[in-house]
Amino acid sequence: MSAIKFTKDHEWISLDGDTATVGITAYAQEQLGDVVFVEMPEAGKTVAQGDEAGVVESVKAASEVYAPVSGEVVEANPELEDNPALVNQDPLAGGWFFRLRLSDAGELDGLMDEAAYKAYIEELD
Amino acid sequence: MNGKTTFTGHRGLELREDLIFEIGTRDRSGVDLAPLRGLPDRLGGITRDQVDLPGLAEPEAVRHYVRLSQKNHAIDMGLYPLGSCTMKHNPRLNEKMARLPGFADIHPLQPVSTVQGALRLMDQLAHWLKTLTGMPEVALSPKAGAHGELCGMMAVRAAIEARGEIDRRTRVLVPESAHGTNPATAALLGFSVDEIPASEDGRVDLDAFRDKLGDDVAAIMLTNPNTCGLFERDIIAIADAVHAVGGYFYCDGANFNAIVGRVRPGDLGIDAMHINLHKTFSTPHGGGGPGAGPTVLSERLAEFAPLPHVVANADGLELVEHGPHTPDKPFGRMVAFHGQMGMFVRALAYMMSHGADGLRQVADDAVLNANYIMAELGDVMSAPFAGPCMHEALFDDTFLKDTDVETLDFAKAMIDEGYHPMTMYFPLVVHGAMLIEPTETESKASLDLFIATLRDLVAAAQAGDTERFKAAPQLAPTKRLDETRAARQPVLRYGVTEKKQARAAE
Repeated sequence: MSAIKFTKDHEWISLDGDTATVGITAYAQEQLGDVVFVEMPEAGKTVAQGDEAGVVESVKAASEVYAPVSGEVVEANPELEDNPALVNQDPLAGGWFFRLRLSDAGELDGLMDEAAYKAYIEELD
Repeated sequence: MNGKTTFTGHRGLELREDLIFEIGTRDRSGVDLAPLRGLPDRLGGITRDQVDLPGLAEPEAVRHYVRLSQKNHAIDMGLYPLGSCTMKHNPRLNEKMARLPGFADIHPLQPVSTVQGALRLMDQLAHWLKTLTGMPEVALSPKAGAHGELCGMMAVRAAIEARGEIDRRTRVLVPESAHGTNPATAALLGFSVDEIPASEDGRVDLDAFRDKLGDDVAAIMLTNPNTCGLFERDIIAIADAVHAVGGYFYCDGANFNAIVGRVRPGDLGIDAMHINLHKTFSTPHGGGGPGAGPTVLSERLAEFAPLPHVVANADGLELVEHGPHTPDKPFGRMVAFHGQMGMFVRALAYMMSHGADGLRQVADDAVLNANYIMAELGDVMSAPFAGPCMHEALFDDTFLKDTDVETLDFAKAMIDEGYHPMTMYFPLVVHGAMLIEPTETESKASLDLFIATLRDLVAAAQAGDTERFKAAPQLAPTKRLDETRAARQPVLRYGVTEKKQARAAE
């Protein structure tokens, strides 16, 4: 598993071979509060970088989840439908949203690494 | 029910009340009915004792509903500062007029010759709405704000179709602080939604907006004053720019109460705008009555207004329900009949009792009251955008930063003090938003008590009295509800088993 990358919209993406796993960050789930519903893309859907790929709804608000890079959705996390609390409990592992087969791995280079993302959220606070 | 501190569970004369299924029993009934004879069974063989109807004597049933009604909070009981909702007083004169038999007892299928007075009222209401907005046409039939948005955007779509550009104009621009219904309306009509970022001062970023313009833009949907309670200063430039690329300008009129009598949206270049009669024009809402969202249309969209129209002819007023009889190109009907007649009566009563000068003062006082709150709380709470504001004051949660109290807790503690909370966590562009709209109908004494209460709460939060917030509300009929569990595992029916469900009636 390669290094994890982050977007300004608080998604994380982690590459493994030619597929990558996408979720929302610990900071994002903390800002949202208790997540009560997650809508995910269907397998086979093609998304471009920045496209709306899903929705996460908390007791406070509903927010879009964007595709960090372009690709084809391979799988959505089947656990989240019945247990959206996983997004709060384990955002970086068990609370993953979907896996993508990347169409352009080069897009990852434009995203933030862990240190840059940390600096970015410190600035937001 | 929580908070049992007495033998009965009542708190003085504030009476606790269980669910009707808990107090009623199956073997009792408030009425005696003789067994039916000689009639076919249309209930699939289900007998009364199988359907779990709670049986109560009449006085028990009356007490049950009266006790429940006392647990409501209402504008008739206290300040209701729900931002963007305009919970203002509903004058009793409106109610008196709406109950006149000539308005209350008519039917939409009556012959037109017998409802000339009602049509005259609709025509007069239309005249006031068109005059106040500076627009040539109005569709009265939409039944709520979002329905009015749909009406306006359907007129936009019809106009684009008539120009033969529907395949090309696919994009609708929506600022990121918009009401959620704006992008939903655009999406429902098949447009794609493109967000416009906000500027540092909480308004549309004009440069970012211009960058997004193109000949594929169908419309912009903008709220003015916007959901941060701020007037969009560049609105005329925005209108000119979207018109220059052949698009239309939809304005969300939810906050028209801040500018009524002061600004005519038609003069700003707006092509369509809905008007929430249940906000600006004081008709009841929030559980008190249905909404009504008449939609005004500019010269560019007037011919696409939906049916029905009220028109004058030699015999008096006529309701044009089928069309087109004219060169107009109505996009169809939105509702079965003619709109919320009861709300039309109330809104016109409000307009006529205030007069044009009175309506102008409504806007002035609404803005004054909001600015009074912003000024009196500005030193202890944190406003993300510099004032003056319009009809509502927006705060963020910066002032709670080093406390354990969050916006939600702060709002819950307001309930213990007898206030309905303000709008929370909206608009989304502001962290931990608290949006306070006092409306013009609160007195200075009422505002002063509200302000003193919030100052007391801020002091308590900053002094570390976390208990007052985390456990709140402690004095309400029910304590803090588990909103997370309610959303994740909703239980929407009382004690219905699968077996009973399967035995549905014929």
